[in-house]
Amino acid sequence: MDAIILQILNGLDKGSAYALIALGLTLIFGTLGVVNFAHGALFMIGAFCAVTLQRLLNLSFETIDPDKTDFLGQPLKVKTPYVESWFGPDVGATIIDWSVPLAILFAIPIMLVIGFVMERGLIKHFYKRPHADQILVTFGLAIVLQEIIKANFGANPIQTPAPELLSGVATLMDGVVYPVWRIVYFCFAALIIGGVFAFLQFTTFGMVVRAGMADRETVGLLGIDIDRRFTIMFGLAAAVAGLAGVMYGPINAPNYHMGMDFLVLSFVVVVVGGMGSLPGAVLAGFVLGILESFASTTWATTTIPGINQIIIYLVAIIILLTRPRGLMGRAGVMED
Amino acid sequence: MFGLDKKDTTLLLVVALLTLLAPFILNPFPTDSGLAQFNAGYPDLMQRFVIFGIFAIGFNILFGLTGYLSFGHAAFLGVGSYSAVWMFKLLSMNIIPAIVLSVVIAGLFALVIGYVSLRRSGIYFSILTLAFAQMSFALAYSVLTPITNGETGLQLTLEDPRILGTSATADGSIPVTNLFGLEMRSATDLVIGPWSFTFSAGYYVCAIVMLVAFYLAIRIFRSPFGMMLRAIKSNQNRLNYTGLNSRPYTLAAFVISGMYAGLAGGLMASMDPLAGAERMQWTASGEVVLMTILGGAGTLIGPVLGAGMIKYFENIFSKINDNVLHGWFAWMPDGIEDLTVAIIHPFIGKGWHLTLGILFMLVVIFLPGGLVEGGQRIMRLFSRKKATKDDKSKAKQPAE
Amino acid sequence: MGILEVKGVNKRFGGLQALGDVNLSVAENTVHAIIGPNGAGKSTLLNCLVGKLIPDTGSVMFNGQSVLGRKPFEINQMGISRVFQTPEIFGDLSVLENVMIPCFAKRDGAFRMHAIEGVQNEKQIMEKALLMLEDLNMADKRNMHSASLSRGDKRRLEMAMCLVQEPKLLLLDEPTAGMARADTNNTIDLLKEIKEKRDITMCIIEHDMHVVFSLADRITVLAQGTPLVEDAPENIKGNPKVREAYLGETA
Repeated sequence: MDAIILQILNGLDKGSAYALIALGLTLIFGTLGVVNFAHGALFMIGAFCAVTLQRLLNLSFETIDPDKTDFLGQPLKVKTPYVESWFGPDVGATIIDWSVPLAILFAIPIMLVIGFVMERGLIKHFYKRPHADQILVTFGLAIVLQEIIKANFGANPIQTPAPELLSGVATLMDGVVYPVWRIVYFCFAALIIGGVFAFLQFTTFGMVVRAGMADRETVGLLGIDIDRRFTIMFGLAAAVAGLAGVMYGPINAPNYHMGMDFLVLSFVVVVVGGMGSLPGAVLAGFVLGILESFASTTWATTTIPGINQIIIYLVAIIILLTRPRGLMGRAGVMED
Repeated sequence: MFGLDKKDTTLLLVVALLTLLAPFILNPFPTDSGLAQFNAGYPDLMQRFVIFGIFAIGFNILFGLTGYLSFGHAAFLGVGSYSAVWMFKLLSMNIIPAIVLSVVIAGLFALVIGYVSLRRSGIYFSILTLAFAQMSFALAYSVLTPITNGETGLQLTLEDPRILGTSATADGSIPVTNLFGLEMRSATDLVIGPWSFTFSAGYYVCAIVMLVAFYLAIRIFRSPFGMMLRAIKSNQNRLNYTGLNSRPYTLAAFVISGMYAGLAGGLMASMDPLAGAERMQWTASGEVVLMTILGGAGTLIGPVLGAGMIKYFENIFSKINDNVLHGWFAWMPDGIEDLTVAIIHPFIGKGWHLTLGILFMLVVIFLPGGLVEGGQRIMRLFSRKKATKDDKSKAKQPAE
Repeated sequence: MGILEVKGVNKRFGGLQALGDVNLSVAENTVHAIIGPNGAGKSTLLNCLVGKLIPDTGSVMFNGQSVLGRKPFEINQMGISRVFQTPEIFGDLSVLENVMIPCFAKRDGAFRMHAIEGVQNEKQIMEKALLMLEDLNMADKRNMHSASLSRGDKRRLEMAMCLVQEPKLLLLDEPTAGMARADTNNTIDLLKEIKEKRDITMCIIEHDMHVVFSLADRITVLAQGTPLVEDAPENIKGNPKVREAYLGETA
């Protein structure tokens, strides 16, 4: 029983990441009708927002400590981050320690701007083009974004540790040990997903967007400026992906190709959940994350060797062939 | 000629001439000159041109004609490579059985994957092919290690049986791939003045295979079958109500393009007998999509151009470094020189993929028909200028 | 016994009874029109005939064979061609190629792998397609990109694509929907011409009375998914039931 709970928990953090990325993907698809292959890159950029903030906070100046010498007998150079000198050593160190959660605040405006620019500058021109063109141009954009990050941050993963308070493990009921940060990640994901749904459900803005998802033309005819709202929607989806990336850093050190790795799986998630269905994306994200975690157990890998590597694709193939519209997809979406 | 009309015959002959004379054409700069780094006429690179050309030609038969965008074609290339290497291990170092097996196995693979994937269309089809390819990749890396040798990749060893050949040569090394005795890596150099040209047996084998593949592609394009495939892209609904079953047509196209990919994989292994799982990764599938789009999907010559261009620039761009740039811009004042180099720096060397991504975006945005469309536009521009001139000269004549 | 026999067809969509006990018989070499107000079930009926929908109960026999459960391409191979409300053609192909494709379908069946022989060597097919285009006065446009044709020409081309198959039954789904009066009249003339020149059975779904009365030999009036009357055009006009269900609405 414990083992089962543990596997479900293990699946939750990956599932959360899948769900968050897939949510944005399907939101963009449902509202704008665009297949965005650059969405994984947004996730990656989010993670690198955390890296950047960490570096900014660690910017230091050097002073010479006359009382101490290093092993060569030279006066010791001491690096002090500016933050520590401004706020005092204790507060400064805490700020640096909490750089990942702080990066949420840092990333939101950046991701929104990136989203707006992307939509206005590029995606807008592809609304009327075939889906194949949208896939291709966003695929090109994903390569570009990925290479820019690689050029600036290098090809190796960069550690972005969680705050000390939230790292380490927690002991849940009867000896199930689980990293704290993963619990944080799951709660964070649940919060964001809840927030997005509440936003769409309870605000007029959300209502218009949902109406637009159902029937864009009619909403346009009502004299509502649907384009502007869709731009905002794109920014929002970018922010969701970015935040998913920011918080994922402590689980897996960010590297430049993490976006592509997640993108392929997230697409599978979206398709399994049903193109254009928000609850479907979330459900499929968690289901596939948990399935993947179960498939990684020794029991599963000894029974069917390699199952952990292919489970998601296998499920996707079966779902697509038996339920062409995915778990919760609407009729008539992307069927040509 | 060859059952083609005049235009297609000319095209085929031009391509044949270009490929056969490639060792000259791609080595325009004397060996010692500073520009020699732009030479591409060495066997390894030329082989890659034509092998990826074959891959792209095959992909274009599926994507260009039917519009079905497969994101998993690298799987067939990988399967072809593995089959060929196994043939070298078990049978003999002759490339013919190896290539035949890689085409057959890739075809069977494509038949199974295509049969399942083609039950859906649009993005669902793309995702299905992607899922299959990623599955093959993951399995090749892990569980199928006895067949694929996992991360290390499949290589020849001295212990291989090679029942129709020898396990090891007289001097105790691994035998090399050959075509009835003609070794693939053998080459002759021709030196004319400061120029040096290399003629490699391997390249010419690949080039001839590519010409045959290209010729077959022309025949397919011009056949009733090709017309049906274009009809599928244009209006599948109408096709179904015209009494034609689109499923076997798309499946046939899928299998043919899978066989082309297998052929490319087999040739790749014939030139360099090893096979690794990374050849099957989805980025490799993405690359052939890029080649086809860049050149011009649905055109005959486009994919070949695209493949050549991407492979050429990949090679050349990654070789250029800051020193080379400083050499070029040495005539500028120092500060400006450094600035220029700094601006160009991200796009060269390791930054090649950035250049590729930008180039690709530009093509999709402004030239959806690829290089071929670009060429046509330029041609039209010229002919229009000419036409307006003609009009003017006519207008000058007194009206009757 | 008609060439097309529809017996006791029912189709429900959830709570909506789209077709209720439809019986219909189309005699050979006649033009049979099915009319009715919007929502009468005309399109549902048509979709049942071409294999897009399968009725819940009842039978649809064509030439003595059931069409139920067959795919659209199989039904076409049996001899039923269909014209769509908005012309469906192969926009990326030339006009001549558009007409050649149905010729291939007629000669080679639903699938044949002839991937090597060039199209230009299929002389018979080409001649047949050209002849058809000449018949419909479109031969001069044969090399045009068919997407660039005018709407009227697209309709004409689609008609050519259907006729070249020499179908036993031609189904027309509101061929004049959304057309201006002049275009409608052109289409009527085209259909009249076809009717006079060829032995062909046509089944037209239409709500434009003008079109129906100028062409039809026989009319079935559909209302709320059920046939009200089936009779010759001159009797339909005076029928009080029809007046109430359909003409009354517009009058």
